[in-house]
Amino acid sequence: MNPTLVRWLQAPSIIVLFLWMIVPLSLTVYFSTIRYHLLYPERSGFVGFSNYEYFWTDPSFMPALLNTLILVGSVLAISVVLGLAISILIDRPFRGRGIVRVMLISPFFIMPTVNALIWKNMMMNPIYGLFAVVATAFGVEPIDWLTQLPLLSVIIIVSWQWTPFAILIFMTSLQSQDQEQKEAATLDGAGFWVQFWNFTLPHMARPISIVLLIQMIFHLSIFAEIYVTTGGGPGVQSTNLTYLIFTQALQGFDIGVASAGGVFAIILANIVAIFLIRAVGKTLTV
Amino acid sequence: MTDTERAKLKDRIAVIAAWIVASLFFFPIFWMVLTSFKTELQAIAVPPLLVFDPTLENFSLIQDRTDYTKYAWNSVVTSMGGTALALLFSIPSAYAMAFNPSRRTKDILMWMLSTKMLPAVGVLMPIYLISQKLGLLDTKFVLVVIYAMINLPIIMLILFNYFREIPLEILEASRMDGTSTYNEITQIVMPLAWGGIASTALLSIVLCWNEAFWAINLTASDAGTLAALVASFSSPEGLFWAKLSAVSTLACAPIVVFGWLCQKQLVQGLTFGAVK
Repeated sequence: MNPTLVRWLQAPSIIVLFLWMIVPLSLTVYFSTIRYHLLYPERSGFVGFSNYEYFWTDPSFMPALLNTLILVGSVLAISVVLGLAISILIDRPFRGRGIVRVMLISPFFIMPTVNALIWKNMMMNPIYGLFAVVATAFGVEPIDWLTQLPLLSVIIIVSWQWTPFAILIFMTSLQSQDQEQKEAATLDGAGFWVQFWNFTLPHMARPISIVLLIQMIFHLSIFAEIYVTTGGGPGVQSTNLTYLIFTQALQGFDIGVASAGGVFAIILANIVAIFLIRAVGKTLTV
Repeated sequence: MTDTERAKLKDRIAVIAAWIVASLFFFPIFWMVLTSFKTELQAIAVPPLLVFDPTLENFSLIQDRTDYTKYAWNSVVTSMGGTALALLFSIPSAYAMAFNPSRRTKDILMWMLSTKMLPAVGVLMPIYLISQKLGLLDTKFVLVVIYAMINLPIIMLILFNYFREIPLEILEASRMDGTSTYNEITQIVMPLAWGGIASTALLSIVLCWNEAFWAINLTASDAGTLAALVASFSSPEGLFWAKLSAVSTLACAPIVVFGWLCQKQLVQGLTFGAVK
């Protein structure tokens, strides 16, 4: 192919993606420096960093940041540890393995809003939910999950969706493990833990780091699971950064402050993204 | 107990454990499907009913109450439209990059992936206001464009990897025979890449179908997708568990099947090709 044609074929994707990135991004940065409130359109003008200051000093900011970190950290820990354990458990062939695999990864394909509502109503409802029924059967006072333990509830809901993702990725990478090496080690009498520390874990280091980074990117912007369950409450107990910005923008109508929050979210995501891009770049052969 | 007996016992315990864990993970889905066949009263019965007379009334009622087919149609149009648009842009580009790579190809691909990492909430305000100015709020069009853009980087990367796997020798041989670029694409590359493109499209449809952030924030009753319809059940009306379950079952069933079918692309696509 001649170089001009190559350029023409590449151009459309590059151009649309560039526009998709640069237009909203620069507008967000611009909005974050001006006074822009949908209910008071007459107030306008450049305000420098005061939107940022307003966002940072908002009493909801620190709890939201903390919630974001707790949420991301807990879901990561749960999904990676459980995902690793389960994918090792089903690594050997056995009867019905195909069905077990399908059952394990299905939650990942359920849309987040459905996922959250199943848990909110049918599992965590304090009267009719299954958790309450089981608790009552054991003579324990059932708790109102979404009110008493809102953040934990969201963590459980998100983990149920994302552990299957970790299982799916780990299952795939385990299959590329050197089987002969493993068999030789078993014949030599190496126990499970010896094999795990010496072969499996080193082999899984890359997939684990990839899963950690990807989930981090997705979990920093968890929205639907909070929107349909706790609505960020009670108070701000289950509000994360994404949800806080959402409430400021579309419920508080303050575009300026919400944009300042958006810039903050972008910076936070980019810190993770740099590491992810590097890890991905190593595997891409051009 | 001999060593082989012990090993066998261990194996058996592992298999039983695997089934128990899998059942626990699958249980909420099973319960949702089961509840969709109950009456509203049966759905909230304490203790919960496992055996009951199944009814199909929820499935007909949700059509009357929520206009289910309209939302389902919106989901179909936006996810397929977004996927088609993304493919239209990415097939030529991925083709050109894979068969005529330059020094910058890798950087371009990495940059494309980086756009995927821009948090949606960071650009919510401009997108919302631009859509509002252009009168595109609550239209399928705006979702099609957004879904095409957020899936373009993933589709590019998977297609790039597919095209790379086609042996260059085949192409060189045909070029020696004087095949034109157009014939090269339609007669040689496309037949070989067809399966890859189809499953990539399937993955993109799954991702669009389940997308909730943009659907909730940019659409209402006209262009709302199933994800947005289900979200509307979070209000007190959501106490109708049997109907909610029926809507959810219908909304998830096709996509769960699609998901099973494109596991390989899913692993590649969601890890940006880093795990194959």
